[in-house]
Amino acid sequence: MPMLHTVNKSPFERNTLDSCLRLAKKGSTILLIEDGVYAALEGTRVSDRIRQAMQEFRICVLEPDLEARGVADRVIEGIERVDYGGFVDLVAEHDAFQAWL
Amino acid sequence: MGGKVKRFMYVNRKAPYGTIYALEALEVVLIAAAFDQDVSLVFVDDGVYQLKKGQNTKGIDVKNFSPTYRALEGYDIEKLYVERESLEARGLTEEDLLVPVEVLSSEELRELMEQQDVVLSF
Repeated sequence: MPMLHTVNKSPFERNTLDSCLRLAKKGSTILLIEDGVYAALEGTRVSDRIRQAMQEFRICVLEPDLEARGVADRVIEGIERVDYGGFVDLVAEHDAFQAWL
Repeated sequence: MGGKVKRFMYVNRKAPYGTIYALEALEVVLIAAAFDQDVSLVFVDDGVYQLKKGQNTKGIDVKNFSPTYRALEGYDIEKLYVERESLEARGLTEEDLLVPVEVLSSEELRELMEQQDVVLSF
């Protein structure tokens, strides 16, 4: 059964996203929140890594955290945007939840 | 007050909102501005995100402190430096920033740091 993972650290500052991508099972959902949303952006040093991860995982990003940081207009195409209600739905849809801190 | 004017550099390396560093640095800079020293602000690594245009924090219910960077000029803090390499790694350009800055290479920044009396890193 798929697990929901959240990543809340910037991929430029910590290896949290790398660890999540390395250890999460194929078919899992990864939701980028807080400073983790910087990983969802086009044209960065980590964009290709995310694009590759999209082949194996369902990648989502929290819209209010994008808006706060002024980067909502440059999300990689194909990444799902969710609001807080969508976050709750994701938690409810999955059997288990892991927060990578 | 008198005495020698010292060169103070504040180095910002953290993204806004995810941690308290960016806001705290801003508070310290504003306090320090009252002491008539030579102040410069540097933005490197995720610190460049502090200056990203278009921040809107309504959805996360946190104070948007980004307009404060535009007010720094009023406190005679006019030296803002951004590292080019940090911008490029994040797909950002000078046009993405909400204040006028001087974009410097790592080499140029290294020289500038060397000239400071006090360097405070956040």
